[in-house]
Amino acid sequence: MPPEERRDGRPHYLVVNADESEPGTCKDREIMRYDPHVLVEGCLIAGFAMGANAAYIYVRGEFYAEASHMQQAIDEAYEAGLIGPNACRSGWDMDVYLHRGAGAYICGEETALLESLEGKKGQPRLKPPFPAACGLYGCPTTVNNVETIAVTPTILRRGSSWFAGFGRENNTGTKIFSISGHVNNPCNVEEEMSIPLKELIEKHAGGVRGGWDNLQAVIPGGSSTPCLSKSICDNILMDFDSLRDHSTGLGTAAVIVIDKSADMIEAIARLSHFYRHESCGQCTPCREGMGWVYRVMKRLVTGDAEIEEIDMLWEVTKQIEGHTICALADGGVWPVQGLIRHFRPEIEERILQRKKGSAPSQAAE
Amino acid sequence: MPKVTVDGVEIEVPDGVTALQACEMAGKEIPRFCYHERLSVAGNCRMCLVEVSPGPPKPAASCALPINEGMEIKTDTEMVRNARNGVMEFLLINHPLDCPICDQGGECDLQDQAMAYGRDGSRFHEHKRAVKDKHMGPLVKTIMTRCIHCTRCVRFATEIAGVPELGLLGRGEHAEITTYLEKSLDSELSANVIDLCPVGALTSKPYAFVSRPWELERTESIDVLDAVGAAIRVDSRQTEVLRVLPRLNEDVNEEWLGDKSRYACDALTRQRLDRPYVRRDGKLQEASWDEAFAAIADKVKASSGDRIAAIAGDLCDTESMFALKQLMGALGSSNIDCRQDGAKLPAGSRAAYLMNTGIAGLEDTDAVLLVGTNPRWEAPLVNTRLRKAWLQGGAIIASVGPQTDMSYPVDNLGAGPDTLKSIADGLHPFAETLRNAERPAVIVGMGALARDDGAAVLAAVRALADSCNLVRDGWNGFNVLHTAAARVGGLDIGFVPGEGGRDVAGIVSGAGAGEIDMVFLLGADEIDMSGLGDAFVVYQGHHGDAGAHRADVILPGAAYTEKNGTYVNTEGRVQLARQAVQPPGDARGDWAIVRALSGVLGAGLDYVALGDVRAAMVAANPIFDNVDQVTAADWDDFGEPGEMGTDSFESPVDNYYMTDPISRASETMAECTREFVAGDGGRAGTDG
Repeated sequence: MPPEERRDGRPHYLVVNADESEPGTCKDREIMRYDPHVLVEGCLIAGFAMGANAAYIYVRGEFYAEASHMQQAIDEAYEAGLIGPNACRSGWDMDVYLHRGAGAYICGEETALLESLEGKKGQPRLKPPFPAACGLYGCPTTVNNVETIAVTPTILRRGSSWFAGFGRENNTGTKIFSISGHVNNPCNVEEEMSIPLKELIEKHAGGVRGGWDNLQAVIPGGSSTPCLSKSICDNILMDFDSLRDHSTGLGTAAVIVIDKSADMIEAIARLSHFYRHESCGQCTPCREGMGWVYRVMKRLVTGDAEIEEIDMLWEVTKQIEGHTICALADGGVWPVQGLIRHFRPEIEERILQRKKGSAPSQAAE
Repeated sequence: MPKVTVDGVEIEVPDGVTALQACEMAGKEIPRFCYHERLSVAGNCRMCLVEVSPGPPKPAASCALPINEGMEIKTDTEMVRNARNGVMEFLLINHPLDCPICDQGGECDLQDQAMAYGRDGSRFHEHKRAVKDKHMGPLVKTIMTRCIHCTRCVRFATEIAGVPELGLLGRGEHAEITTYLEKSLDSELSANVIDLCPVGALTSKPYAFVSRPWELERTESIDVLDAVGAAIRVDSRQTEVLRVLPRLNEDVNEEWLGDKSRYACDALTRQRLDRPYVRRDGKLQEASWDEAFAAIADKVKASSGDRIAAIAGDLCDTESMFALKQLMGALGSSNIDCRQDGAKLPAGSRAAYLMNTGIAGLEDTDAVLLVGTNPRWEAPLVNTRLRKAWLQGGAIIASVGPQTDMSYPVDNLGAGPDTLKSIADGLHPFAETLRNAERPAVIVGMGALARDDGAAVLAAVRALADSCNLVRDGWNGFNVLHTAAARVGGLDIGFVPGEGGRDVAGIVSGAGAGEIDMVFLLGADEIDMSGLGDAFVVYQGHHGDAGAHRADVILPGAAYTEKNGTYVNTEGRVQLARQAVQPPGDARGDWAIVRALSGVLGAGLDYVALGDVRAAMVAANPIFDNVDQVTAADWDDFGEPGEMGTDSFESPVDNYYMTDPISRASETMAECTREFVAGDGGRAGTDG
């Protein structure tokens, strides 16, 4: 938000990004399903802090029940005078609006979300200007995730030093981890940052199906983060710095566990299909590149390719990465890069087998 | 003024420029497909990537990057080259590479940039995408498989033309540019998307497979099919004009061109008068020049000066009108008029018949009153300026007269003179709006002036200009919007009735009543031919239209692409049209015909070359010396107040696509008329 002295009379807006569509991620859904009031409270606090009198909660279109719950919570809060004019008798007016999206993954990108909220086609905007300077309807806007807004009441209640007491330096606080895949007990869990991955899985998710040694790979932060091979998973901590050191990221903290029964190449090819499908088509590298990547991935699944094409695929992903308007394409090629980084021998093996005539002939879909 | 460094060279750039503009100022060429100076920034082709520090360690799209003090831009590093090569490869993987059969070949941005950034072979072994072609009307041919999704056409239609009928449907690989409902792009500026398209996705339908650009001879000229005088380039091959394209002229047409001006050129080979004709036994029969001149001479000798008249049409070059005026003077006739629609415009006061604000000046207005005009059809390129004034400056635009869709909101205040009078008298609230505006303007069209009470209407608009204070320091908001390219030039040389002479209405009624023996029509086709009675009619012109049909002698002249001539546009800008091809058959340049006729009639004009006529014109009126310039007119007294009628103002143009002998002979314009005007506009792509 612009500092007090640079404000020019435009209203400020708070936008809550509840368009949770990242494959593997289901933490915001949980909050809206079971504790929507805390999000309403968070909106009021955040709105007051940044000088916004209106908050928009943009809920993913498929979350029908969650949107209903959210609306009910908002209605209840209005009725109780907790939001609306003179919210909580604080003298601050705060309106909270709920808006349902139409099911496009790209609308989770903050500027595409703003476009969609304004009633336009959900395509990311060029940055700069950033939403803080020129966001919703051209006004200063802060776009935050549900989890971020929903955690503010607790932080205020218990103090920032309490919250910062969790985790390592520069990686403090708590985080909701969505653990899915080949674990015995898939779950959402709020844990301390910097918890070892192995401890997280074994303590809360009942361990990997068939034991830790049956682990093949883990996607640590939602589908767009590169996967990690088992040897890294043994010791890695779940926080920003540690994951960055291994060329991946914390992302949405959606831990997707893949055991040895899965075809790793096919799994990543499925993700490529997803990103090809969800590309908005606005800018060239993503529109043209994601389809290319997917088609090559599809051939890698069956081994119908040349060894050199692995290098070509790597190059193509590098040609896409960092050259687009938004980060969708980055997220779309990282899984492929992760696959090549950690599973290149498996890919080559399949190509060679196919040449010998004994590769599995399954398709990616 | 921030300082930036481009490839090691420090330059100072104006505030608010983008990195791409800064690079251009530093002399570095940045490849681009989606970026266009006159359209909003889309930033989607990603071809203009540059390396910027300080900034993230990845290339940035220079077209959308605002400059900051001390920014360092590198346009030719490994990172930049890799990024551009990558983007080029992505653009080409789904592009059909059918260049040998593509009409864009030779003038294709993608082709040109591929020379610099393309690979020599393809690594893409998958199937290429195919996209269904779209129906965009009779002018724009689509081959959508070639589309690279730069969205220039979408932005042009939405922002400049004001018809949001184009858009990008679908997502990702399936994104397609379409007209949503498969309807024709209903704009008189539609063909500009062809120029904007950087590839061969949108090409010219009438010009499809006609020629390759390197076979064409290019002539820089001026358009005469409306009174804007847009800068054009005439592309010809041997004797034929194959296409007309806009040229850049910031003061007049920017870089746009109306569809009529662009596509009526197919008529230059149709219905042409290519040899003299003389009517014998009621039938027009081919004749030699000598026979035609002799037939005229016989009639002139048998008559007297006051029984001879001349009317100049809408497409005449000023030189031929000037020569004809002198010839008529030598014959003793003062019955001449260049206002064939009967517009009550005085020749004496130049400010009374000019667009004094200037075409580009209209962009600065903040309140405009349109009187009896539909600029969208009378002068589309004036309309784009008004749209810009509304879009960018928030101008308030109101009209008295026809209620039509102008592509921006217009408050229709009333239909006729009553409303005009109440504004002029200050009784109407819009008078207050005009008075309070910083740059107010009124635009009066021929629909208000070309009527019996036209002189009174002109006086009322003049009164309005005075009472609403439209003329102030450095600003003249009084504007006349002409529809004829020849009109201002004709008024500038005084091609109007002399002392005791007859105007157009007088000539026609005189001919009908037998008081005029001979009428000379210099390209005049818009008068009521049936009213000419038994008069002997000489028609000098280039197309077999109404005038030729009625004529007793036809003298074949040259169309605007076939002669050098001076035209003065509606804002008073003197411009030269240049000859691109030879006139067909025996046809000749118009001033030369008048010169030759004068010899036969014993009223010899002593011109040898066109330059002599121009020199005489300059001597008669020095403004003709200021070529390409606007000479500001003095705000002197004009207008004779009178009683205005009660009829509502109507636009003189009821079909944009057919307004003159050339466009009426055009097949393409006939197709457009069927599509857009004849009520058949809803034709979908599946028809026929």
